[in-house]
Amino acid sequence: MAVADIDRSPKLQPQNEPTALRLAGLWAGEGGLRGWLSSVDHKEYGKRYIITAFVFLALGGVEALVMRLQLAGPNKTLLTPEQYNQLFSMHGLTMIFLYAQPVLSGFSVFLFPLILGTRDMAFPRLNAFSYWIYLLSGLFIYAGFLIGYGPNDGWFNYAPYALKPYNPGPNMDFYALGMILFGVSSTAGATNFVVTFLRARAPGMSINRAPILAWGTVTASFGILFSVPAVSLAFFMLWTDRQFGTHFFDPAGRGQPLLWQHLFWIFAHPWVYVVALPAMGIVSDALPIFCRRPLVGYTVVVLASVATMVMGFGVWLHHMFATGIPFLALSFFSAASFVITVPSAVAVFAWIATIWTGRPVLSTAFLFFAGFIVMFVIGGVSGVMTAAAPSDQQLTDTYFVVAHIHYVLIGINVLAVMGGLYVWFPKMTGRLLDERLGRWNFWTVFIGFNLAFLPMHWTGLAGMPRRIYTYPQGLGWSAVNLVTTIGAFILAFGVLLLFVNIWISRRRGVVAGPDPWGGPTLEWAVSSPPPPYDFAVIPAVASRHPLWEDALQEAAGKSSLTRGMALDDGKEMLVTTALDAEPVAIQKMPDDSLAPLLTAIAATALAVAALRHAWIAAGLVTLVLLAVLFFWLWPRRALGQVAERKHV
Amino acid sequence: MPTPASPPMNYLQAFGDKAEAIALLTWAMLVLSIAVVAIIALLTAAGVALRRSRLAVEDTGRAPIQRPSGGLSWITVGVAVSTLALVGSMAWNAYTMAAINRPPRAPALTIEVIGHQWWWQFRYLSDDPTQIFDTANEAHIPTGAPVRILVRSEDVIHSFWIPALGDKLDLIPGQTNASWFEANRPGAYRGQCAEYCGRQHAHMALTVVAQTPEAFHAWRAAQLRPAQRATGDLENGEALFGARCGACHTVRGTLAGGVFGPDLTHLMSRGAIAADTLQNTTATLTGWIADPQRIKPGAKMPTLELPGTELTKIRSYLQSLK
Ligand code: HEM
Ligand SMILES: [Cu+2]
Repeated sequence: MAVADIDRSPKLQPQNEPTALRLAGLWAGEGGLRGWLSSVDHKEYGKRYIITAFVFLALGGVEALVMRLQLAGPNKTLLTPEQYNQLFSMHGLTMIFLYAQPVLSGFSVFLFPLILGTRDMAFPRLNAFSYWIYLLSGLFIYAGFLIGYGPNDGWFNYAPYALKPYNPGPNMDFYALGMILFGVSSTAGATNFVVTFLRARAPGMSINRAPILAWGTVTASFGILFSVPAVSLAFFMLWTDRQFGTHFFDPAGRGQPLLWQHLFWIFAHPWVYVVALPAMGIVSDALPIFCRRPLVGYTVVVLASVATMVMGFGVWLHHMFATGIPFLALSFFSAASFVITVPSAVAVFAWIATIWTGRPVLSTAFLFFAGFIVMFVIGGVSGVMTAAAPSDQQLTDTYFVVAHIHYVLIGINVLAVMGGLYVWFPKMTGRLLDERLGRWNFWTVFIGFNLAFLPMHWTGLAGMPRRIYTYPQGLGWSAVNLVTTIGAFILAFGVLLLFVNIWISRRRGVVAGPDPWGGPTLEWAVSSPPPPYDFAVIPAVASRHPLWEDALQEAAGKSSLTRGMALDDGKEMLVTTALDAEPVAIQKMPDDSLAPLLTAIAATALAVAALRHAWIAAGLVTLVLLAVLFFWLWPRRALGQVAERKHV
Repeated sequence: MPTPASPPMNYLQAFGDKAEAIALLTWAMLVLSIAVVAIIALLTAAGVALRRSRLAVEDTGRAPIQRPSGGLSWITVGVAVSTLALVGSMAWNAYTMAAINRPPRAPALTIEVIGHQWWWQFRYLSDDPTQIFDTANEAHIPTGAPVRILVRSEDVIHSFWIPALGDKLDLIPGQTNASWFEANRPGAYRGQCAEYCGRQHAHMALTVVAQTPEAFHAWRAAQLRPAQRATGDLENGEALFGARCGACHTVRGTLAGGVFGPDLTHLMSRGAIAADTLQNTTATLTGWIADPQRIKPGAKMPTLELPGTELTKIRSYLQSLK
């Protein structure tokens, strides 16, 4: 059967029944600019997250290309040292904070209520707030860059170079305050994922039936909740060191430069898994669709994600093997860093087993996932090499590590995201991405990426340190660097093809229908794009693959997608128990509101006032912030009740 | 001076007990890694090729859904094999760590390495204060004996790294770290600052010259001598140097006693200037004194706008400092 013949009617709920109409009336937001700004619809924010993250990906990409031109040959003078240093710092922090994590949040924010069988995130307004403050934190840091005060100490931002004596300009204040804002965003977002996952799954979706993407996101969210406080604190301390003469990190005042590194890495190592686990979840959930069979080893894969996150908190010191730490600590952290690879191996073999025991369909998405597996392994083994303390003594701070982080970040994050986009773009927009352009997209990205970064391992083994704006001739680095630069441009062209594909297919793509791929999970049961209320009746789930049940016959009962609670007595959502997902309460959902946006603006204004040392303004802004929060939290008698009419 | 490693920063070629142990481990891990990647890539590609559905992409999703059995053994076997490989690597890792933790023999000497934005100060320590001297950016060591280093920083974090001799150690302000390395063959070994330290991190290289013990002792004796007093035409250059440059640089035995910049007492014994940025030739030395900011923008040595005659005199004087 060709796409044209696919059944396009949603498996769930006719749209024109009275209930559906009522629900549409209850859930549809206002139109116009005000409606756009005050919306709290998770689908809207999912898309906004992804688009914003892609804009930052493009910015970070352009920064990388300019750096690559400077490094294409020895002794180039395209950039001044200061320009290069700001570029590599902006590139790193953009990709890690403003692209990699938010883009995954975008997928999860869009998909969570749909795959869990509910109607929105547990806290829709908090969800909107997380997005706005993420956007504003990014704009805040970029504002510094645009007026010539971009951070110039790399994304790790080591003290004491980040302190006032060496960095008198406001460069680091932009970074410190921007990161504190960003921390608010990710913390709020993580809280929302955790609560939504634990209390909003469809009845019957016991915890061992939740999709792996949900598991990956929740695990990562716990990681955020435990790690972000360390870095927010660190950046706050850095800021007070710079502004008020405290001496947390300043050796001149008996401060400890290494304290910064501990606080930073105890955050940033778990962060590696924050930007990897949801991406691995995307692959674990989507790969089986194209292999036409359930994922092999669901339970071990979930346990492996959780184990990875937990262990991720125990290995931060492996970023500091050259700092002169005592032998015993070195041995412990080196060994722990080896052990953390075992759970990753579980995931890799689960994917391979799924391919071998399935019948893979070679769609563009599948190509991305298959490519992902190999890239994942390359990033993994180079990680093991750096776990060996003596080898790391050589590898650390060289291009070998630059190669490693790119295999991890592009291989794991970008490839999974691109594949995921081919899978869920139809759900978001109602139209498929073009497959032919998709092939070009995949191959240029894949070839360009490997051409750029595989040789970089060699540059590192040949001793090229990272973060240098130029290098002399005759060290054996020139030819490899040229190849790398060419590869980077091919890769960038591949990313451009994706953007072109999105642009064209958004209007002219093949109309997708609710379920273009024959997927197993609940989101494929609703129309594409989904109605504002997601599900007209809350489905009851009896299997991990409700839409595949007929073929798989795994559960005793049977999922019901067409009959269930309608919950149309106002804007309502079902609350279920954490483990077994038994219905326990009906939650009233909030209306659209400008409060999240205004709160985010007020918080950012506070950062601006602090940056300018405008303490009176800061006081006033704080009052405004409190007022807006008050307005946000003002108790309403019928929270979210648009219509109180009883159901007839 | 022959260059032992080619390219000179490549640490898969090692020249000393410590570096050799590290290089062996790194090679082993590298080979193992390549094998793992090859196996996984093959398994993935073969899985796709052998099992691919004959359906075209347009028909995606319409192939029947199955639940074949047997997949789990992939995970069991795969993880078991991976764990074995990991345990093996861990054992080798632990063995290497223990082997390089301490020098195998008593160290021949101790050098204090002091990092500055963006140059290196080497202080040859001794129990006898008259035997202590400083040099910059080029350290000499005797072959065949471990050298102990104590590293510290005067400003931000740097990292002392000589790839072919297998040592990398951070210089952290407020603390002193210790390590050791050894060269088993004479030669010039290039090194470079490995931890980002600001504007000119790229131009913070160094050379370690390993010499036979006799040659090393001769070098040390020469370094210990103060500079020869200038005579004739050079006297004027010495005075100018003292006035213009002496606030930052030292030439032992003259009035120039600054400690902010590198000690220049035996400048001509060094192969390069500006932290290995330039070969030490008449042209480069002149260019550097005339306008360091053009060559190394942001460097802590100001451009002095010296008149041409002064420039020549100072340069000639410096070139007399053998
Ligand atoms: C066209 C694609 C890309 C190219 C050509 C590229 C190239 C580079 C280069 C040249 C550096 C600087 C190395 C140095 O001076 O030490 C770098 C650093 C970095 N890149 Fe990329 N990159 C690309 C994409 C990405 C992506 C997609 C991510 C993450 C999702 C990423 C994350 C990083 C990070 C974290 C650093 C380290 C920055 C630091 O040292 O502080 N890059 N990249
Ligand atoms: Cu340095």
